[in-house]
Amino acid sequence: MLGNLNTRVMLEYLPDIWQGFLATLMLSAAGFAGAMIIGIVACALSIQPLRWLRGPAVVYVDAIRATPLLAQLYFLYFGLPRLGILVPEMVIGVIALSLNSGAYVAEIIRSGILSIPRGQVEAGKSTGMTYLQRMRLIILPQAIRPTVSPLIGQAIVLIKDSSLLSLISVVELTRAGQMIAIDRFMPIEGLVATALAYLVLYYLLKLLAGVWVYQNRLPGRA
Amino acid sequence: MFWMQLDRVMGYWPVLLKGISMTVSLSILSLMIGVMLGFAFGMIRAGRNRMLAQIVGLYVDFFRGTPFLLQVFIVFFILPEIGIELSAFASGVVALSNVAACFIGEIVASGIKAVPLGQSEAAASSGFTRVQQMRHIVLPQAVRIVTPALVGQFVLLIKDSSVVSAIGLLDLTRSGWVIVQSVPNGLLVFGIIGFSYFVICYPLIYLSRRMERRGQATIL
Repeated sequence: MLGNLNTRVMLEYLPDIWQGFLATLMLSAAGFAGAMIIGIVACALSIQPLRWLRGPAVVYVDAIRATPLLAQLYFLYFGLPRLGILVPEMVIGVIALSLNSGAYVAEIIRSGILSIPRGQVEAGKSTGMTYLQRMRLIILPQAIRPTVSPLIGQAIVLIKDSSLLSLISVVELTRAGQMIAIDRFMPIEGLVATALAYLVLYYLLKLLAGVWVYQNRLPGRA
Repeated sequence: MFWMQLDRVMGYWPVLLKGISMTVSLSILSLMIGVMLGFAFGMIRAGRNRMLAQIVGLYVDFFRGTPFLLQVFIVFFILPEIGIELSAFASGVVALSNVAACFIGEIVASGIKAVPLGQSEAAASSGFTRVQQMRHIVLPQAVRIVTPALVGQFVLLIKDSSVVSAIGLLDLTRSGWVIVQSVPNGLLVFGIIGFSYFVICYPLIYLSRRMERRGQATIL
């Protein structure tokens, strides 16, 4: 089956695949930046002591985690024009990706913070530190270590999720692959080329996560 | 205006119901196949045959590293090329259970590796064969370790099932897409769709969280 793969056509369409690859990279980078901002804010809201601020953050995280990205994407795609907000599909896509990943980022950071032993907080309290001082000087510096690798994992998920933007006609990697299928009626060539491009990103990020974990391992542990 | 539209959306309840039953049946079927296949993958990945573990690892990496939408297309377009003609529903089940098996496989493998080596050594020294060790000693403990993660994976599976609407299956997401063509209020229609997903998924999320907490309590 893969023996008669038409590599000539794949090479011919390489510039299109490359464009799609760049578009996917850019969409994902923008989406991840947005997700980090939203995630940090949602996490900060969900761990601070005021109840009426905690509620909305919890509802946001649960609502996102319990619904599929595609439904969220359509919600914005069909819903925003209704509110009189007319923006390009690309922007809708980035907003959807940010909102979706933001909830997961919030959970990742929250579990990083909650993994800090309670004694650390108590020690901070007993030396007379305020809430913000404890956060900034004791908890956050320690919470970064356990969150980096799951965050890279979330970046991988986000890159893969960005393929759904092709369904609201944003031109990115998956869409570029479909072009070959439509132009030449060669779906396999397009799909294989696209899959390889995604795998490059996947392995790069996986490697990055591995290197980071190795370099930041705690002393005395294998 | 709002109530009129809500009324019109509710007039489409047969479509909605069809979508819900499609999403649920896709998810349950793929879940069962995915769990069985996933446990097989996991045992191979954590097993002693290095070669086999590497091959399965490459396979799993391919499906963990590419978007699910692409995999749906691959199943839908490439399998017919090698003579396997599948309906859209069967393609959806194949793609979903395959990706679920890949993720569940890694979870199960990590669970098996988390069971202390002494357990299987003790079993070996009391005369258990390798299969018996796995069945009676290692797997039961591994299952307890991975259950919260598995339940979390089920939620992902249900959500991933929305992607098969791209090959024309009328699932919950697709039913929203159909309804929004005649009731042009995306916020309302997909609000209802989102709520339906929430009703299906949230109990599982809640369950997974509670099990995680209980698991921590026994460890600490």
